[in-house]
Formats: sequence, C-alpha cells, structure tokens
Amino acid sequence: MIKITEKPIDIQKVINTASSLGAGAVNVFVGTVRNTAHGKNVLWLEYEAYESMAVSEIRKIIDEAANQWPLLGWGVSHRVGTLKPGEVSVVVAVSSPHRQQAFEACQFIIDTLKEKAPIFKKEIFEDGEEWVSARPTVSAYN
Amino acid sequence: MKCIIKAFGISREIVGGKFLEMELPEGYLIEEFKMELFRKYPAFIDLRSLYIAVNNEYAEERSVLREGDEIALIPPVSGG
Repeated sequence: MIKITEKPIDIQKVINTASSLGAGAVNVFVGTVRNTAHGKNVLWLEYEAYESMAVSEIRKIIDEAANQWPLLGWGVSHRVGTLKPGEVSVVVAVSSPHRQQAFEACQFIIDTLKEKAPIFKKEIFEDGEEWVSARPTVSAYN
Repeated sequence: MKCIIKAFGISREIVGGKFLEMELPEGYLIEEFKMELFRKYPAFIDLRSLYIAVNNEYAEERSVLREGDEIALIPPVSGG
C-alpha cells in the first residue's frame, strides 16, 4: 500500500498492511511535525505532492528495498495539506523474518523517500513562511 | 508544440499557478527548456536545484521533449 492522503493517517492500518505471519519483526517509522525550525516557532506546515510521481517514486524505493532485504510486507502513507505540530506526516512500516532487516529496510525507505519523492513542505512562522530546503541560504533542517 | 507544465511547491509560486502554458519547439532538450525557464523566471536560479519530470520520471538534462509529454517542475523536495 502506498498512499498520499489529505486525511489523518491511520497508523494501525499501515502496520496491518505490512504485517505477515512469516515475519518476526514489523518496523514502523512515524514522522511528526516539529514545533520549531531555525529557532522559530512553527505554526503549521503546508504539504503538497505531485501525487502520481510520488507514488511511482515510492514504489521504486520499495522495489529497491525488497531487492536488498527479505521484506514480507510493507506500507507507506504520506499526508498532504495543512498539518499542525505533533501531527503525523508520514508512516513507513515493513516486516521481515528478523528485526535487523526490518530496521535497515525501514530506514532506507524513509531516507530515500525524503531525498527523491516529489513532496514539498512550507513552514509557516509567526513572521513569515519558507519552503523547506528550497534555497541554499536557508539551512536544511528537514 | 503547446505544453502544459505542472508546477509544485515553490515553483508553483514562482510561475504564479499550478499550470504553466508554454510554446516549445518539438525535440527541445531538457537543458534548453530549463534555460528558457530561467530566462523567463529568474527566481528559479536562486533555488538549490530544479529537476524536470517527464511522464512521472526525473528527466536527464540531455533527454528530449515530445508532443504529449507530461512535464512537471520539481524544486528541492522536502517530504517526510
């Protein structure tokens, strides 16, 4: 399951999708909205995605992970729209026979998703707004 | 050929809308298209990167644009 959604992510549903009777481990990454960036308070984030390409890039990342680790199941869900601090922006879940494989595959998927999936976020502060990582002069905390 | 180009994130704000209509020569290279874009919208030069996606894939600088391609502007990504 790969999903780009405007609705709150049902974490348990992503875990269920990834689960398998042959698995000894399900590893789950939950990304949440932080309340500060560049030493300023974040009021909210605006996420947007090029949905068809994001789904196809995430699919490629999962295929690559499945070639490297013995994955038995997986699920990725990414939220778009307006998100407040504390809300869940992304969930990645993978299952495998042993935990080390699940830890490594899960980290690979979230790291590569952040690098390649065409998803964009803007931080809204009290005194302005900034597209994250867009310009070289702004430090890349994402 | 007339192209409707999709724009996302900061690129949407730079071109002033979700779609950008441009008349491009058939067989135009991605790098030529980017030069044209930078000329028309100098704000793109300030971005950390700008990739062009063709038919839902990141396109190489030397690949060629064809009539009917789905073209999109991909500024630095920040998902997660």
